[in-house]
Amino acid sequence: MAAEKITRAEVEHVAHLARLHFSPEELDGFTRQLNEILAYVAKIEELDTECVEPTTHAIALTNAFREDEVRPGLDVADALANAPEGEDGQFVVPRVI
Amino acid sequence: MSELTELTIGQLHRRLRAREVSAVEVARAYLDRISAVDPKVGAYLTVTEELALAQAEAADRRLAEGRDVTPLTGVPLGIKDVLCTRGVRTTCASRMLERFVPPFNATVMDRLEAAGAVMLGKLNMDEFAMGSSTENSAFHVTRNPWDLERIPGGSSGGSAAAVAARTCAGSLGSDTGGSIRQPAAHCGVVGLKPTYGRVSRFGLVAFASSLDQVGPITRDVTDAALLLNAIAGHDPADSTSVPREVPDYTRALVEGMDGVRVGLPRQFFVAGLDPELEAAVRAGVRALEERGAQVVEVDLPHNEYAVAAYYLVAPAEACSNLSRYDGVRYTYRAAEAGNLIEMYKRSRSEAFGPEVKRRIMIGTYALSAGYYDAFYKKASQVRTLIVEDFARAFEACDVIAAPVTPTPAFRIGERVGDPLQMYLSDIFTISVNLAGIPGMSVPCGRTGAGLPVGLQLMAPYFGEDRLFRAAYNLERALGPGGAPPL
Repeated sequence: MAAEKITRAEVEHVAHLARLHFSPEELDGFTRQLNEILAYVAKIEELDTECVEPTTHAIALTNAFREDEVRPGLDVADALANAPEGEDGQFVVPRVI
Repeated sequence: MSELTELTIGQLHRRLRAREVSAVEVARAYLDRISAVDPKVGAYLTVTEELALAQAEAADRRLAEGRDVTPLTGVPLGIKDVLCTRGVRTTCASRMLERFVPPFNATVMDRLEAAGAVMLGKLNMDEFAMGSSTENSAFHVTRNPWDLERIPGGSSGGSAAAVAARTCAGSLGSDTGGSIRQPAAHCGVVGLKPTYGRVSRFGLVAFASSLDQVGPITRDVTDAALLLNAIAGHDPADSTSVPREVPDYTRALVEGMDGVRVGLPRQFFVAGLDPELEAAVRAGVRALEERGAQVVEVDLPHNEYAVAAYYLVAPAEACSNLSRYDGVRYTYRAAEAGNLIEMYKRSRSEAFGPEVKRRIMIGTYALSAGYYDAFYKKASQVRTLIVEDFARAFEACDVIAAPVTPTPAFRIGERVGDPLQMYLSDIFTISVNLAGIPGMSVPCGRTGAGLPVGLQLMAPYFGEDRLFRAAYNLERALGPGGAPPL
């Protein structure tokens, strides 16, 4: 819950989930800042929203589909052009297995 | 300064159409102005000189043949570096995309190209549009042309500063929590966030998908209408774009406010609002009243919860959108990572700046197991209350008038170490994004220190024509924002 303190260990765990790495000094700084921010956003707990439907999208659209037509996609060379490393039409990543 | 760079888009169009000046001459005048002034302001990340001159030559051919000439043909514009531009690097002011060259155009760029506009370059911003000061760019800080020691606002700070500094005739920005209106107010120019879905988001690098909207930043209200005419409209490539006819917004630029009810939200004129700003905004409202408007007080009682709701919704969407930057597909990869997870972590940690990391962390925490209902769902319910507030307010009035910011532009570095204080800079703009309605910042005078003040106008969904009418009348009463002494 927002009112609870987020600990340094939790910040480290969240950083792992977010695929981020922080130095010990950064972890201290983020723990302090996240606590301040979460304490502020806990303000919304003052409101009773028991019977309120959530809004996740400002404009309600239904069946916002394009025509079912075959169209050219991004060329493989174009898709790879911005990648740090590519080979034989594929992205290269460090060995996984 | 060339006389050409002093002209509005409307004035430039008349000169170009009458063949009193060529598009190439205009482009060269602006490129010279960029060379002279931008080293001080820092609005540009990339100047596309060759492309601009080629597009200007093409515009001159169109003008000579009288073929497909639009109000934007030959008009030089700057583009926030969050919009994909085919063949021109698009960095989002991030090391992560430092060398990213999109193979496609954002739909709005296709529309500007079709209209014959000239692109001068890509404009600085807060990294991935996260910030309120343009101090979060990975490359350099942009300075406010009215006072080079102060911030221009953010995240479209480059877009607003370039228009104010006369280094482009108009620009495009993006607004997720106030990122067009807030820098427009700080730089003394006009900034419009259209209704969510009015302008295509295809090719806009996503920050918070349910909030982001592209819009124009210009020197006067007429220019904003001309630019919106060119970029608005349904786009089948964007499923959030609304299939609804686009009116000619210049038709809304009429003198007089007879029959228009202007709402003043009580909750926007509270402690913390700078007295000089409040006086300027109230004077602007009186000017509208003198032109025939009826002023009524309205309530937006949940506005005080808007910043809190926004800083749960926006980071939640941001952490999802930014998960695509993993060191595999987009330009930046950390060297010598031993395994895949290590590569992800090191690439993201090295390439993202502190504000982006902060928001990814907030979003990841808010969406993590056990917290979703308490944070994201609750914030989305508060969003509903804000939507309902606006619906009730617009039963009593046609447009709402309010301040854009609580203070004038602050000094560079002043709030860098206090993210919460920085987030509160957008306290008067965020609810517009949560509701999805249109909002506009119009210049309404300056403080005693000479810093611009903006007045914010808000309207119901697709009520941009109401904004233009009120803004036009305000401008006729008070004059446009003027040029800073650069």
